[in-house]
This record gives sequence, structure tokens and C-alpha cells, in this order.
Amino acid sequence: MRIKNHPILEDLKNRKKVYITVDGRKVEAYEGEPIAAAMCAAGIRVHRTTPRHNEPRGIFCNRGRCTDCIMKVDGKPNIRTCVTLVKNGMKVESIRGMGDWSE
Amino acid sequence: MSDFVIIGAGPAGISAANESARYGVKVTLIDENNLPGGQLFTQTHKFFGSREHRAGVRGFQIGYDLIEEINKLNVDVLLDTIVYGISADMEVKYVTEGSSAKSITAGNILISTGALEKPVVFKGWTKPGVMGAGAAQTMMNVHRVLPGRKVLMVGSGNVGLIVAYQLKQAGADVVGIIEAMPSIGGYKVHASKIRRIGIPILTSCTIKEAKGSPQVSSAVIVGVDKNLREISGTEDEIKCDLVCIAAGLKPFDELCWLLNLEFKYINELGGFVPVHNDDLETSMKNIYIAGDAAGVEEASTAMEEGRLVGVAVAQKLEYLSDRQAEKLKGKINDRLKYLRLGSFGKKRAEGKKKLTSISK
Ligand SMILES: Cc1cc2nc3c(=O)[nH]c(=O)nc-3n(C[C@H](O)[C@H](O)[C@H](O)COP(=O)(O)OP(=O)(O)OC[C@H]3O[C@@H](n4cnc5c(N)ncnc54)[C@H](O)[C@@H]3O)c2cc1C
Ligand code: FES
Repeated sequence: MRIKNHPILEDLKNRKKVYITVDGRKVEAYEGEPIAAAMCAAGIRVHRTTPRHNEPRGIFCNRGRCTDCIMKVDGKPNIRTCVTLVKNGMKVESIRGMGDWSE
Repeated sequence: MSDFVIIGAGPAGISAANESARYGVKVTLIDENNLPGGQLFTQTHKFFGSREHRAGVRGFQIGYDLIEEINKLNVDVLLDTIVYGISADMEVKYVTEGSSAKSITAGNILISTGALEKPVVFKGWTKPGVMGAGAAQTMMNVHRVLPGRKVLMVGSGNVGLIVAYQLKQAGADVVGIIEAMPSIGGYKVHASKIRRIGIPILTSCTIKEAKGSPQVSSAVIVGVDKNLREISGTEDEIKCDLVCIAAGLKPFDELCWLLNLEFKYINELGGFVPVHNDDLETSMKNIYIAGDAAGVEEASTAMEEGRLVGVAVAQKLEYLSDRQAEKLKGKINDRLKYLRLGSFGKKRAEGKKKLTSISK
């Protein structure tokens, strides 16, 4: 959910709306924000599942330290989505197990 | 070649850059983010501390003011740039987003890389919907996205109290703050603010499990005794979609570990901290440390420590005479002493004393 009318912070103005796809689903995003923020706003919380126990993982540190949030971005595996900014048309896919380079 | 390379542009790093550049030192300031300011930009509340230390001013505003100061001085700022190592002959190795690795030889180095949140381990702690309080704070205050609608906060230190308040302000329902210790960890002012807006704080209580599949939909909390042992039969299941962990911070000093600097475990400062002298120089000559990386404290102390290193480097490079430098350092140390008063400050002052006494 996006926060609007924050009691202290001014609204973020002049942000350009773009679109990315997350596992094929079209997701609205704003230029300058990380992939994880756009996903969080859209209510998508599972970013990947672990190789051995197939457990879901999402945002944990939100600052590029823990790698829980890694996904495949435009064909590149293991990208930290909390510190990677969106680009219009970006293709984001969840990772099941180990990341791979296949299309 | 740079006189002085500063790694991390939070309040500590920026203050060191400003203070040294002002006297003529050639400074390179590096940060992995696309904006200098470090933790300041996640903070929307009015800062505590003294007037001199901008108490009453909101964290992000202090950040903007510091950036304005740097822009006036001749500081080389490298953003979107992560430092991944420092060699023993003072070569700082870095990668800027989208380009290949580079390095720069430094006369002096300041490591002001801040702190990292400490995790708490319980059943289900890896599920989507469990995150650090700082992580949630960045999501709402920087990206303006609400990380959850119904939130349980684990930990009642200042970070837990402040982030809970901000979550409520941003529109989330905070179901409660739980604290394993028998008393609240943070400042009274913050705790009373929390109570006024109707968020319950439960002490002697911890989290047992985060439930839900694939993401959190409830949490099981349980009472604990004085020895932090769970009291069976006191479990309670609470509906929530976000569990925030605010269990404290530890110095983020990977670069120091790689350099094999001398460390000491100081509980009051968040864990292992590089040993340093009164000028904040570490066990390796010409390598300095400041801010949360030199022991977790506050933005105000981080700024003063940064200034101290700035003066020390300007003195070493003879931009300042010893007399001028000692006078400036004296003033900074007086302010630091003042910031380390009170029941919380005193503990940190003791921790700092333990660190510097070893290096003598
Ligand atoms: C919720 C909360 C509330 C707070 N409230 C207050 C308050 O009211 N008053 C107060 O005085 N303090 C407050 N603080 C504390 C204050 O924010 C910190 O103490 C302060 O920001 C520490 O400054 P720093 O410069 O040491 O580190 P940081 O601000 O953490 O900056 C470190 C910077 O280094 C960068 N970095 C790290 N490693 C690398 C690398 N290898 N390469 C490149 N860049 C790197 C980081 O990305 C970051 O930008 C609060 C903190 C929190 C979390
Ligand atoms: S959430 Fe930790 S690296 Fe992205």
C-alpha cells in the first residue's frame, strides 16, 4: 500500500510512473524506487524460495546486506531487489532454488 | 591519490569531510547510496539531544543541511559506489554501479560505515513479513510504502518505540510492542508518546513463533521470567502481517575485519568494535573509525566523532598547527562528554573508555 497524505513528509512530486512485470504480472512502479518497494506496494511479498527446503523469503534488511530478497531481473539471477532501482519494462522473476541464467 | 578517503557518507563521514576540507585537505567521500546522509534520511522524528546538536530538528532535515555544507566545499563525492576492500598499502578498492572495479591510494582513511540491525531467531523468523525495524522504516519513510497493515514490534528500545510510532503515523495498526526484559528499553518520552496513542507495551514478553504460509499472518507471543525463560501456558496468538525486529544494532565493520584490525567486545557499544585511540585512529596507522562503526551511539555523537577525525587528519597533514588542532579537539571532546551524560550516555562513555584505554 502506498502512503498518501503523510502527516510530516511532503508528497513525493514529479515521480514518473513506469511499469515492470513480476512473474508475468504487470506492476506499477515509480522511477527512482527499488524493485522491492514496488512489489511491497503491490502486496507481493515472496521474492524467492530456498534451494534445500523450498522455504519462502522476502524483504528482511531492506538495505542490500542479507540477500533474502534476490530475484532474477532481466535474465540476470541473484539481484538484490531492495537496492536495485526499477526501469520501465523490467522483467522480474522469483527464483526457485538456485538462480540460473536461462531465459 | 587522495589525502583522505572517507568510506560511508552518514553523519560521521560527512562531518569528517566538511571539517577536514574546510582547512584544505583533499577529500574523497564514498557512499554506496545515491544520496549522502546515511541513516538520517530514514528518520522523520524530531531529534533528541541539545540545541547545539540540532535537537528538535527532524533527522532528514539535518541530512539536507549537511549535504549543503559539502556542496560548498571542494569535496570529491563518489555515490552509488561500494568499497569492497582496503589493502595493507592503503589502496581503497571500489565499484561504482554500472562500471568496473577501480582503486584509489589514500594517505588517510576513515571507515564510517555505520551499523547493522541485530536479528532475533525464533520459529518462522525467515518468513516474508518478518523484517528489521530499520527495514520497515526505510520502506515507509523513504519509499513511502507501508510495509504492513497490522504490525507487532519486537523490542522496546528507542528504535522500536520510534518506528512503531511512525508506522502508526503512516497508517498502520500497531498491535503492540513486546519486550523480553522486565522494563522498557528506550527513553521515557518516546514510551509515553506510544502509550498516548494507545499502543500497548508488554514487558517480560517475547515472540515464540511467526505463523502463516507463505507469509506471516499471525504471531505467537509468550511471557518470560527474569532469566528470559518462557513461561508455558502464557502463549497468546496475535493476528498481524508484519513482525518488526528492533533488537539493537551492531557496528558494521566488515572492512576493518578484512584489514585484521584489533577488535574488542564492548556490550555497551553493540558488540565487537575496533580498538582506537583518542583521535579515533585504529590499531593500523592512518586508518580511522567514527560514528556507529566505532560503537553504536547517535547521530549527534557520530557528527562530533567525524569532526574529531577531520581535525586530526588536517593536523597530521599540517593544514592546522598542533596548537590550533588541540584547541579544536578540546572543544569537540567537551561536546562529546556532554552528549555522553545521562543514564544511557554514561554507559556508552564507559564503553568508549574501555576501548581507548587498551590502545594506550
Ligand atoms: C529508528 C532510529 C532512530 C534514531 N533516532 C536518533 C535520534 O533521535 N537522534 C540521534 O542523534 N540519533 C538517532 N539515531 C541514530 C543515528 O541515525 C545513527 O547513530 C547515525 O546515523 C550514525 O551515523 P554514521 O555516520 O555512523 O552511520 P550511517 O548513518 O549508518 O551511515 C553509514 C553510511 O555508510 C554507507 N556504507 C557502509 N558500508 C559501505 C561501503 N562498503 N561502501 C560504501 N558505503 C558504505 C552506508 O550505506 C551508509 O550510507 C536513530 C537511529 C534509528 C535507526
Ligand atoms: S532485503 Fe536484505 S538484501 Fe534485500
